[in-house]
Amino acid sequence: MSLEPQELDDLISKIGRTPTSTELQIVAAEWSEHCSYKSSKKHLKMLPMKGPLVISEKGYDSGVLDVGDGYVITAHIESHNHPSAVEPYGGAATGVGGVIRDILSAGTRPIAIFDRLRFGDIEKDLQARWLFKNAVTGIADYGNCLGIPTIGGEVEFDECYSNYALVDVAAIGFGKKTDLIKNHARRGDLVVLLGGSTGRDGIGGSQFASDSLESEDRSAVQIPDPFIEKLIIETILEARNQNLINAMKDLGGGGLSCAVSETADALSIGIEMDVDKVHTRESDMSPDEIMVSESQERMLIITNSEKLKKLEKICEKFHVKCSLIGHVTSGNMMHVKKGKKTCANLPTAVVANANLLDRPSKKPSYLENIEHEKKLHPISNYSKMMMKLLSSPNIASKIWVYGQFDHEVGIRTVIKPGKDASVLRLDNGKFLAAKIDGNPKHCYINPREGAIGCFEEACRNVVCTGAKPIGMLDHLQFGNPENPEIFWTFLESLKGITDFAKYFEIPCVGGKVSLYNETPSGPIKPTPLIGILGLIEKKPLYSQKITNGDYLVIVGETKDELGGSEYFEYIHKFVGGKCPIVNFKESKTNMKVVLDVIGKDFLKTVHDCSKGGLAVAVSELCMINQIGCDVSLEKVPGPKLDVDRILFSESHSRYLFVLERKNLPKLEEYLGKNKVSYNMIGQFGGESIQFSRGNRPIVNLRVDKAQKTWFNSLKELVVHG
Amino acid sequence: MKVGVIVFPGSNCDRDMYHVLTDVFKLNAEYFWHEKELPKNIDAVILPGGFSYGDRLRSGAIAAHSPIINDVRKMAEKGIPILGVCNGFQILVEAGLLPGALLKNTSLNFMCKWTNLIVENNKTPFTNKLKLHQKIPIPIANGEGRYYVDDDTLKKLKKTNQIVFRYSEVVNGSTDRIAGVCNEFGNVVGMMPHPERATEFEINPIDTRPSSLIFESLIKTIGVKN
Repeated sequence: MSLEPQELDDLISKIGRTPTSTELQIVAAEWSEHCSYKSSKKHLKMLPMKGPLVISEKGYDSGVLDVGDGYVITAHIESHNHPSAVEPYGGAATGVGGVIRDILSAGTRPIAIFDRLRFGDIEKDLQARWLFKNAVTGIADYGNCLGIPTIGGEVEFDECYSNYALVDVAAIGFGKKTDLIKNHARRGDLVVLLGGSTGRDGIGGSQFASDSLESEDRSAVQIPDPFIEKLIIETILEARNQNLINAMKDLGGGGLSCAVSETADALSIGIEMDVDKVHTRESDMSPDEIMVSESQERMLIITNSEKLKKLEKICEKFHVKCSLIGHVTSGNMMHVKKGKKTCANLPTAVVANANLLDRPSKKPSYLENIEHEKKLHPISNYSKMMMKLLSSPNIASKIWVYGQFDHEVGIRTVIKPGKDASVLRLDNGKFLAAKIDGNPKHCYINPREGAIGCFEEACRNVVCTGAKPIGMLDHLQFGNPENPEIFWTFLESLKGITDFAKYFEIPCVGGKVSLYNETPSGPIKPTPLIGILGLIEKKPLYSQKITNGDYLVIVGETKDELGGSEYFEYIHKFVGGKCPIVNFKESKTNMKVVLDVIGKDFLKTVHDCSKGGLAVAVSELCMINQIGCDVSLEKVPGPKLDVDRILFSESHSRYLFVLERKNLPKLEEYLGKNKVSYNMIGQFGGESIQFSRGNRPIVNLRVDKAQKTWFNSLKELVVHG
Repeated sequence: MKVGVIVFPGSNCDRDMYHVLTDVFKLNAEYFWHEKELPKNIDAVILPGGFSYGDRLRSGAIAAHSPIINDVRKMAEKGIPILGVCNGFQILVEAGLLPGALLKNTSLNFMCKWTNLIVENNKTPFTNKLKLHQKIPIPIANGEGRYYVDDDTLKKLKKTNQIVFRYSEVVNGSTDRIAGVCNEFGNVVGMMPHPERATEFEINPIDTRPSSLIFESLIKTIGVKN
């Protein structure tokens, strides 16, 4: 909860005097890693942020993309890892609340939530199971109450998250371009705090989140109230419709300290405020507590006296509290008073801009031998092994999770959760596809290629629905950046993401860095996540039911890339080997070809090949459609490999097409012309999922049995385990 | 001809319902905030889904005491068609306008999934264009959706034909698989599933016709030319 000695010296030299206790609290919150990005900010500049559809405005907490016809979408991603590891229900719920308010700040209505959850090994670890269950309920209770559909997500389990949790929430907003809040303020404008009362919850939350998790500091965790958040959403949108908001910012990490200093700094204004005017939950809160409380469901609004009357009327309608806490001044000072007494008076530029660091980095020693493969036990019965793989918590259907989220409310959800990417309809007749992907197992083995792989996988998922990627969100989660080896993995991932974004001309529209993700037992594996937004101009690929005789075609090469695969880690308990590497040129060609073919309107469905490899991807098609399939492994394009490698390699840039037999010549003609690796590898029908090589059967699973295992194993583990 | 859509603090399917009434079925609809009065010229009232008052106390319990419920009660007595969907159903039950209670699902979890309804009463203002025992593919989304009545009430509901919809499968432990009921006169209907989520092709890949007939029934009842 305090500054480092050299930071204190720096502050004293900048302001020329000893800071007051309130000033220390304000600066400690704002200069925390969580708020200031002091370790990462210098490097994040490498990411491409501009693009033809990107709209950038000062002071936005979310990315804005123009989707045509006068409409925009906004998007943002946040994590709530530390709080969720201590109090999973409240931590996860308030994570949803925070990201929703970022979307609202731009003046857009939130229309979708995505969540990415990571925990320890829930098969063995009861605490991980408890964290998982409660984080899911927290998200469900919050998002469902708001009436914002949670339409996509990802759940992964890995021992590196033992005693910890990664809870990442992303949200998408939609609105008219003309309704975007153009943040502006002039001297004499009024500063209003709107929403829930300020209490003693979440005190010092941002510093708590900027340190390794060693103690369970529950008072640093915020308490969720989705009902107030819902009322705030409606209040703000009504105020927006009446043009009552000059500038707006959500209160998140660092509470009032950050919201006030960052707003003032972004708009080049000063703000004078009185802590006595803040509506509090308790009567005896000190100015320091009021300034750093991270109580949820609060918005900072700049308006003027004429507009304030109308704003108060709207607040009255919704029974939302709003307090006039201060006004805009012409200087560049953040002046905090209690009545007449000054508690803090600091230049906003000093508060809002911590000294950026250039931390040392060094390649971790564990990477020296990581690609060396150990000799594996031969698999005697692949069918049995496949059943085990389908029940792996990482592979099994996540229906127990998304079945608890209202994913239909808002009546926009065209492609529902459980598929490659979710798709929403927009008011201009277009469709938005979105997906977030991460793969810490790959990133651990190769932080650069792993991160690129996450990027490609998210793009691939979006492409499977017929959408063209138009924007990216990144969320970089690592351990303690003061450790040069960890910082090296951060830089490598960031460089990989940057290279891919530039090559594919996909701008980064928003992001987040979360560091210090470690417990006394060690750091998490590097966990960058990539969210992709894709736009569909006409119509998405509506999957049709697969029927007897339909053909299965694979596009892309299957390579010897089993490092970090579910097969190595879950079946052989082996961490290592070569992780999949994206060939940029091949990736681009395949994406373009897949989109073109989808546009020709004769594919029944397209599915991405990823975790669990070809074997799992084909099984998923079979289990969802309740039909068998006979696949010839010798037909799979790529170098000659052992059967387990063809079945379970997680090579990128691969897509599965399902089509009627009569359409195969059309497809072959097109694919042949475009020089992509492809082949017809199987045919649907019967009641078994079968893989064979030559005439030798390798896998033979009854679809109904496989489906039962795949659908129920996660639920069984959580409910009855 | 006008349909009133009542909005409580925390309603969140009001805009979806309004969209379906106006954009899909070209009805004249208007929102009414729960503290307002309902004008006399309203021809039908819909209480949409959501989390009124954040489901505090019990879902629907606080909203049932909103000022506007007095007007809804008067309209119910006059025989005006009233539909409560999901939280709207819970509110009508809490207000005593419909029998029974809605309890936590047997899974103890919120459930969002597609299921099938069976029409058990096609004489109500919201089902008169459906066939008896017709199947309706439709989504549910609730945490407290398990309909409960005691044995005597159940006998009475059967006798007076107040069971409007049943689930085709056991979904959440509802008594006798009941998904929707009406009052004795049949003009007040409550249902847990969301018909407004099932009338458009883009969001309902199965069959939009049956759910559309719920709205077309209303149109037939209140005599609007479509």
